[in-house]
Amino acid sequence: MMDRAGPGHALLVTALAFLVLALFAGSSAIGYATLDISAALADLIAGRPSLPALVLSELRLPRAILGAAVGFSLGITGAALQGLMRNPLADPGVVGVSGAAALGAVVAFYFGLSATFSLALPLGGLVGAGIATAFLLMLARQGVGTATLILAGVALNSLAGALTALALNLAPSPYAALEVVFWLMGSLSDRSLVHVALALPFMIIGWGLVLSTGRAMDALTLGEDTAASLGFSLSRTRLLVVGGAAAAVGASVAVAGAIGFVGLVVPHLMRPLAGNRPGRLLLLSGLAGAALTLGADIAVRLIPTRPELKLGVVTAIIGAPFFLAMLRRLKVEGE
Amino acid sequence: MILEALQVSVARGTARVVRDLSLKAQPGELLGLIGPNGAGKTSLLRALCGLEPLAAGRVTYGGRTLVEIGRRAGGRTLAYLAQGGRIHWPLRVDQVVALGRLPHGAAEVDAATMRAMEAADVMHLRERTAGSLSGGERARVLLARALAVEAPVLLADEPVAALDPYHQLQTMELVRTLARTGTTVVVVLHDLTLAARFCDRLALMKEGALLAAGPPAQVLTPELVARAYGVTVETGTRDGEPFVLPWRRCDAARSEPIVRP
Repeated sequence: MMDRAGPGHALLVTALAFLVLALFAGSSAIGYATLDISAALADLIAGRPSLPALVLSELRLPRAILGAAVGFSLGITGAALQGLMRNPLADPGVVGVSGAAALGAVVAFYFGLSATFSLALPLGGLVGAGIATAFLLMLARQGVGTATLILAGVALNSLAGALTALALNLAPSPYAALEVVFWLMGSLSDRSLVHVALALPFMIIGWGLVLSTGRAMDALTLGEDTAASLGFSLSRTRLLVVGGAAAAVGASVAVAGAIGFVGLVVPHLMRPLAGNRPGRLLLLSGLAGAALTLGADIAVRLIPTRPELKLGVVTAIIGAPFFLAMLRRLKVEGE
Repeated sequence: MILEALQVSVARGTARVVRDLSLKAQPGELLGLIGPNGAGKTSLLRALCGLEPLAAGRVTYGGRTLVEIGRRAGGRTLAYLAQGGRIHWPLRVDQVVALGRLPHGAAEVDAATMRAMEAADVMHLRERTAGSLSGGERARVLLARALAVEAPVLLADEPVAALDPYHQLQTMELVRTLARTGTTVVVVLHDLTLAARFCDRLALMKEGALLAAGPPAQVLTPELVARAYGVTVETGTRDGEPFVLPWRRCDAARSEPIVRP
């Protein structure tokens, strides 16, 4: 009478975790300057301020950590939002927090705050995400339905998009506009450990909140009424998912800009491996999101273009056609 | 476990879809909830499950309200089978049924899951995915999911609506057996013969209120059926069991057939 998916699931999680670790090591090793990783690591641990140690701690590690953390955030929130809405087209962008985070960062740009101190940008992003989150949580606490919550997110996203466009429209110089557009494309280059320290706590809180809803996600497979009859609080689940998604995605956008399609595509890829169980899908999607983002970030450094390709551009270029192909397959299965 | 509704009202906007309704279901008893479309049967059932806020009155399970029982324990106290339920992701059938075990811990395919699949006659479907099922198969899988909770109270909203005659009879026999073995069972039904044959007591609703309650023979009289549904009935017995066939539409107030011009 054993649940046969049990050991398979643990194996899958372990395999994905190893893949993420391998890609993390790869991301730390690959860059424009050649780096003897073992020597750099030895220097870093011994506290010797050598150039390799500096490259590793100031450039490579923050980039790899953020790659893994941003990818994990996008993957896990994508899976959670799809589970909550029972809609395979839901995406972290849907709740409106990523748009608001982008707007916050753009406002920091616009008023020249980012010129005076470099952390104004991610801080602006966090403030934007925070305001949007507070709004959504207020709605969720009032007990509005999932559909209303999503529509509110869509409206938030539109408003944030319009205000971002307004900022670009009124940009004092074309360079400022260009800088904003580049930032919006999403990238992990030139991030420091300060960025990591700023974003990671919010992301970890977000992951925790989302992962705590696993069983409720499974129950929601049968619809909201049945899930409630099984003893799950819908308002609490909404609060946890929306709050967790907002914290993790808001922090991601604040430090890395908008990286599209990871949150949409990864849950689709992982769903068959999770036996279609929304609760199991959460951790798997997080790990796969981390792997995909790390892999794509390695790719942008290996593709010899100047300027470097933006990570968000690469994920969208790979993700969109891939998603279309998947929709075709889903349609065939549905018939 | 005794399920009791005391002067329950449910509001939808300004309208009261259930009005001042009291009823009691005993362990070992199969209670049928019948009435025309829009009579408030589903609203009442949802209110009994705590899915609908009460505008007035109270609902108790073994003397305690669901709030007193608590959310987690409430999930083990009652099993609810929604009307025309959906399965939103293509899970394997045994995994769907195992979701009924969530109130007891994890959704693992355990002995209770197997018993439920056996009872609802879906064991042969267990390796299939939910997306590949027919409407009737899905209805039986969802019934098995509700059975897997192994709760002392089962509330089922039209459990036979999507089923062929064979599985209608099988499902009614199943819920009657469940009642005989000590479960309190409330089912919403439209088929008056199934209601007459299988239920121990019937509650007939109209416009949110209770029109009549009691043994089927007292509730399914031509007068009461005409008042509730606006149809005349042909009644009789076969092998000692009653049947009730809706025959013609009639003026609901006077139970006279409507004569076509």
